[in-house]
Amino acid sequence: MNAIHRVGSLDIAKIRAQFPILGETVRGKPLVFLDSAASAQKPRAVIDAMVQAMEHQYANVHRGLHWMSERTTEAYEGTRDLAARLINAPDRHEIVFTGNSTGAINLVAHSYGRGVLNPGQAVVISAMEHHSNIVPWQMLRDAHGIELRVAPITDAGELDFPAFEDLLRDGRVGLVAITHMSNVLGTYTPAARITATAHAYGAKVMFDGSQAVVHRRVDVQALDADFYAFTGHKLYGPTGIGVLWARRELLEAMPPFMGGGDMIGSVTYERSTWAAVPHKFEAGTPAILEGIGLGAAIGFVNEIGYDAISAHEASLTDHALARMAEIDGVTVIGRAQDRGGVISFTVDGAHAHDVATLLDRQGIAVRAGHHCAEPLMHRLGLDSTARASFGVYTTHEEIDALATALVRVREFFA
Amino acid sequence: MFDDLRDLYQEVILDHGRRPRHGSRLAAFDATAKGDNPMCGDRVQVWVRHDDDGRVAQAGFEARGCAISIASADLMAEVVAGRSDADIRGLADAFRAMARSGEAPDGDAAMDRLRPLAGVHEYPSRVKCATLPWHALLAALDRQGDATSE
Repeated sequence: MNAIHRVGSLDIAKIRAQFPILGETVRGKPLVFLDSAASAQKPRAVIDAMVQAMEHQYANVHRGLHWMSERTTEAYEGTRDLAARLINAPDRHEIVFTGNSTGAINLVAHSYGRGVLNPGQAVVISAMEHHSNIVPWQMLRDAHGIELRVAPITDAGELDFPAFEDLLRDGRVGLVAITHMSNVLGTYTPAARITATAHAYGAKVMFDGSQAVVHRRVDVQALDADFYAFTGHKLYGPTGIGVLWARRELLEAMPPFMGGGDMIGSVTYERSTWAAVPHKFEAGTPAILEGIGLGAAIGFVNEIGYDAISAHEASLTDHALARMAEIDGVTVIGRAQDRGGVISFTVDGAHAHDVATLLDRQGIAVRAGHHCAEPLMHRLGLDSTARASFGVYTTHEEIDALATALVRVREFFA
Repeated sequence: MFDDLRDLYQEVILDHGRRPRHGSRLAAFDATAKGDNPMCGDRVQVWVRHDDDGRVAQAGFEARGCAISIASADLMAEVVAGRSDADIRGLADAFRAMARSGEAPDGDAAMDRLRPLAGVHEYPSRVKCATLPWHALLAALDRQGDATSE
């Protein structure tokens, strides 16, 4: 099988050995964790980095004139360098730490949306966005008189590019905010083509990279992106830390999102001035331990390398699609040409929640529901789907276990 | 293989989940409400018609959801027929207690009928599937609009 060749550069046993949780059993069976798109498991390096900080090297950052604070600041700020290199950002000061992708998108919607966009302008999203890339724009629309336009998708689950371009033609679109990889369909959007087209019509582009950055090397300069958001906990890091990258001149032009400590130049009762970017957008004591954990997670990803990660994902995805196609009554939702390791499916005669419970009973963890993408579900004519999603530790045998279990689910509800 | 799942998916649940007997809107009704579980997308609407002495003559529902929620709605519609609102409220309390604890009082014909749903207590994420139709029914009886299951 050529799949074996393609994963040759990734030592799956060595990788799995780094994730303590993968040794757990669930309901008496080995854990088969196929819900990484919701949140990924954590490698030893991340766990150790956070524990090490708490046990040996912890104080508040950016302010202490003492050894502990200086060392902690170095470790925390080191993650900013790692994050910048991860996505090939030209300047470490363009990396803004947020709580998660949702925090990053809300920052853009609030600061760029209200501070730079003008009433009467429009924002374009796509029909396959997570709620976190829908609701902030609805709030901007209602508060600031911004029109919200939705670019349709094809029945295959790909961006309808001609229709997308039509939405840009009147020149009123200030920003395109779009997923880089759908959390439901696994579709990768044609990012470089999106930015080229949007820029031709004078619009900036923000990518929600929550899923994409897990599987593919992201180069914000090659993509010619303007904003890029991702979250730590899907990238094998801790919860509570996310990243917004934006071009420096955009960050400079944007007003702060939240006020507080750490984001000011000086404060008097009459007026305050803002710190330079990125600190202007980082009010309050940050997620120090989580920032340190994210640094370790990026180090873990770098050690494997995106070539091996992407090849593994492609191999798993091909294998899963082939196995699921063999099962009568199981339908994979979406058939994009360029797709990755997030696979939604339905089972004839069984609701997605019942499917998930039956799989759980065999130790297989999948997600079931609307996946925080209700408008997409309506577009697809579905109430819910089950979803299997893969991480760097996922094996072909786990996908085989899913396929075997799905045959049994069919029998159970027959 | 799924023997251990029969505690949750008993035959009566699979049967009523697949072929509900009361799964339609009533042509004539005097109370209705929707139930909505925004976390998972389950929705149910319940219709009720009372007779002249204030007892429920008939209940019906339309639902979008899993086998557990459909079966629960169907068994609920079956057992509330002929009962007063006060009776139904007591039954709803007992049912919700059973869904959470797995325990139900013996010797009650209605609870005996609902007992196959007791298995959900072992699946915390599925308890609300079973209780959502009851939330909707109570909202209908209270004329309080729609119900949400947390």
